[in-house]
Amino acid sequence: MADLRELYQSVILDHNRSPRNFRDITGSSRWAEGNNPLCGDRLRVSVSLAGDVIEDVAFRGSGCAISKASASLMTEAVKGKTVAEASTMFDRFHEMVTGRLAPEDAKPALGKLALFAGVSEFPVRVKCASLCWHALKAALEADQEVVSTE
Amino acid sequence: MTLAGGGAGAAIRAMPSGAPYPVDRVRADFPILARRVHGRPLVYLDNAATAQKPETVIEAMTRYYRHDNANIHRGVHELSVRATEAYDAVRAKVRRFINAAEDREIVFVRGTTEAINLVARSFGRGAVGRGDEIVVSEMEHHSNIVPWQLLAEEVGARVRPAPVTDRGEIDLDGVRDLLGPRTRLVALTHVSNAIGTINPIEDLVALAHAHGIPVLVDGAQAVPHLPVDVGRLGCDFYAFSGHKMFGPTGIGVLYGRREFLEAMPPYQGGGGMIAKVSFSETTFAPIPTRFEAGTPAIAEVTGLGAAVEYLETIGYDAIGAYEADLLAYADERLATVSGLRVLGRAQRRAAVLSVVMDGIHPHDVGTVLDQAGVAVRAGHHCCQPLMDRFGVDATVRVSLALYNTGAEVDALIDGLAQARELFG
Repeated sequence: MADLRELYQSVILDHNRSPRNFRDITGSSRWAEGNNPLCGDRLRVSVSLAGDVIEDVAFRGSGCAISKASASLMTEAVKGKTVAEASTMFDRFHEMVTGRLAPEDAKPALGKLALFAGVSEFPVRVKCASLCWHALKAALEADQEVVSTE
Repeated sequence: MTLAGGGAGAAIRAMPSGAPYPVDRVRADFPILARRVHGRPLVYLDNAATAQKPETVIEAMTRYYRHDNANIHRGVHELSVRATEAYDAVRAKVRRFINAAEDREIVFVRGTTEAINLVARSFGRGAVGRGDEIVVSEMEHHSNIVPWQLLAEEVGARVRPAPVTDRGEIDLDGVRDLLGPRTRLVALTHVSNAIGTINPIEDLVALAHAHGIPVLVDGAQAVPHLPVDVGRLGCDFYAFSGHKMFGPTGIGVLYGRREFLEAMPPYQGGGGMIAKVSFSETTFAPIPTRFEAGTPAIAEVTGLGAAVEYLETIGYDAIGAYEADLLAYADERLATVSGLRVLGRAQRRAAVLSVVMDGIHPHDVGTVLDQAGVAVRAGHHCCQPLMDRFGVDATVRVSLALYNTGAEVDALIDGLAQARELFG
């Protein structure tokens, strides 16, 4: 149970139960769908930009606690950031959940998102945690297509 | 029910001989069951994905490689003769195992998926044309849907799914309504890999045959649980995999009624499947070798033979009675877990269950169970149309086998309680 509590931190459980920014951005043409066919997770991330700054970001969809909480916390983390800053956060996040960056080293760049460090102990869940980030990246590039983690 | 505190050795119902089912002894036959996962004893409840292998299967394959390895149907030397004899002996053994009429009705393939693809490519391309229909059901595994879709796409035919009822049974009236002058094949699963339903294959075959329509049965999930008698079922094709019935991966069986197989063109070309090759004309070997191009999985065939022997030694009467009690016990215990729903309540079920828990995604349940050493599968189980039918994205699947125990069901229930505690 100790390892599980490390993975399922109370903040993660809270965001799973009550996801933030769980909606569509009406009229936004910048959106993308993330799809993990292995487990059926499906997220749609939409963004609106003001110049280079992420003015609003939201998501919808269904998935496991890790994928939902990750999306919810991601929307909070990248709102108000520039596209370049969000992209750097994704890089740090990915390094952390794959165990290549220690949580204490990730903390300055990631803040609250460092909570997902426990995912690195559960390799099969890395895709759950990073699905929303792939979708965000595609949305920022206005791909408007389904990205897949497979 | 006396299972709850029974420990790993809980004996359930008496064997037909009157002796208790020797689950301890059965477990001792499977070396992997002694291992631990995350520091806990392995509780393997993912048997529908692949079953564990008894020592006899592992030993048969090792012995083949250590003592008898040679190619079949080729050499004049001793080892080749021995390998050929062993290979053919397993074909005869499998014929008896499923009560086929003749050895040549048994084709060795890689698994159920290849068996179905073989029928789709070989039988299908000859028998199915533009405007024709193939009837399947909503509970099929993707491997009994996609090969037909590929065929349909190629020839301009349609795949029509028969409905599944709320109880998780194929709606016989629904099947009847779909059968018509354009139906060329009915392809149905014997046992659902996701919810365990045992389909009334004899009735379904009678329905189809009344219209002169042949029937293929996907038996991948049936062979670990039930005796299969293709003569009694009356089906025209029956496909199954070695690895789901405690045998090796990479080997499976296609049973085909002789009249059908003989009329079918080769599936793949190569060595072993020809009678004579020249640039002006190539003629093909008789069945079943016509469908076994290239060097087959000889070691795996010997392993499959050992798996058949293993199942016959324990006996399906004993397995069936034991698993029925285990399933009843699992049902009883699962009913005590709050906010848990079991998908499908078919009248006849094998020991395979799909469950969903309110507010907890199956993947998260799977992770919690894994930490407790309990292996289950979370996901759509290659049954997306069935998941859609029940309005879920995924489930937690618990699939039991002849070596599972009441104590292991208890470990599952404890794990589910832990998931509830964690997620609230």
